[in-house]
Amino acid sequence: MLRHLDEELKELHKEILKMAVFAQEAIYKSIESLKNRDKNMAQDVVNNDNKIDELELSIDEKCIDLIARYQPMAGDLRYITTGMKINAELERIADMAVDISQRSLGLMEKPMLKPLVDIPKLSQVAQNMVRDAIDAFVNRNANLARQVVLADSEADHLRNLVQDELVNEYLARDPKTAERGVALLLIARYLERICDHTTNIAEDVIYMVEAKVVKHHPEGLNN
Amino acid sequence: MANIKVNDLNLWYGDFQALINVNAHFTQNKITAMIGPSGCGKSTLLRVFNRMNDLIDGVRQSGEVIIEGENIISEKTDLVLLRKKVGMVFQRPNPFPLSIYENIVFGQKVHAEGLTKLKLDEIVEASLKSVLLWDELKDKLNKSGLSLSLEQKQRLCIARLIAVRPEILLMDEPCSTLDPQATSRIEELMRELKNNYTIIIVTHNMQQAARVSDETGFMLLGELVEFGKTENIFTSPKDKRTEDYITGRYG
Repeated sequence: MLRHLDEELKELHKEILKMAVFAQEAIYKSIESLKNRDKNMAQDVVNNDNKIDELELSIDEKCIDLIARYQPMAGDLRYITTGMKINAELERIADMAVDISQRSLGLMEKPMLKPLVDIPKLSQVAQNMVRDAIDAFVNRNANLARQVVLADSEADHLRNLVQDELVNEYLARDPKTAERGVALLLIARYLERICDHTTNIAEDVIYMVEAKVVKHHPEGLNN
Repeated sequence: MANIKVNDLNLWYGDFQALINVNAHFTQNKITAMIGPSGCGKSTLLRVFNRMNDLIDGVRQSGEVIIEGENIISEKTDLVLLRKKVGMVFQRPNPFPLSIYENIVFGQKVHAEGLTKLKLDEIVEASLKSVLLWDELKDKLNKSGLSLSLEQKQRLCIARLIAVRPEILLMDEPCSTLDPQATSRIEELMRELKNNYTIIIVTHNMQQAARVSDETGFMLLGELVEFGKTENIFTSPKDKRTEDYITGRYG
């Protein structure tokens, strides 16, 4: 039996997907603009953040409205509360993209410190994780969500590679590289934080689908 | 305080089987809510616990219902004692057409003879205090029980039960005739009472079941489909039929 709540949940779903698209676009543009030293693209990411913030507030309001009006239970309740959490994580992801772009804009005023190798790799890992986490949410695929959680270790590894190289090969040897080096370190850190937020999304999806809490309980990742 | 253990309970009204292989454990000092669509057997199950179904022609049952070590559906059960131990409150408050005082002492007069006026006064005060009616009614004990508001009448009915010191309180949709504020106050009363009694409530109001109960049982077509902690039933039910019912997809 189709309920009026189902119509409302469909609308909520569309809004969350819109939020996901905005966040994914922001990550992509933030790294493309860094790679290509494209100031306009980087500035776009910064300027678009207001739109993402407004959407986050609108989704939150919708979720609270649904809870108040329908007192949802079971799967519906888990979906709405997960939707609220994913909404917040996506907004933070978009904020990380803004931070990346702001650092990039600063870097574009100076000569490149080094060719970008591991940062684009890390960015690709982050984008893949976001794509898969959202896919897992849309298709209610807890197994895919588990894979996202496990992929976080690769992100941590790449961030460490970036850090080691920048600190040992550049910052330790030549203090004049400090400003650019630290900016790149921070960009790597922001990308790694994006992966952390995506892991949170994946853990929330597992709860939504299976009512199983794996957050802070990695042993729960085993089926 | 008593718990109730139900083992392989079946009940028929003539040829119609109203309860099918019900197995459950109702824990003492907890509020258990029974939910399910109309006709699923929740009230029938409730009435097993004080043998009220015996009043219906053509009823037969099998299995066991153990309260304090005794199978209360056995023919040897003393029904008067059982109904002292297991009290019931109904959807429509039903005070007797007597004074408030006489309503409360009625049960005591049935079960225990020779109680002094002083003792009866103490019982009335304690019973009304336990349902938070003493301050309102202490100067009106001679008023008719029928003159009270619906909420007060329901509290009076609960006080009447408490006066005979039951172990278990059965409540069949106790708030369905009450307004939201009165409902909220009766629910608060239930939370207080569970410290001293085992309470089983039948309700059509799922939000009430979610608010007030510790455990919930979902029934459908005579079967107890799922039984467990209320927070689990309402956030992550195991059975799809339970999920469909509580999310409004059933029917």
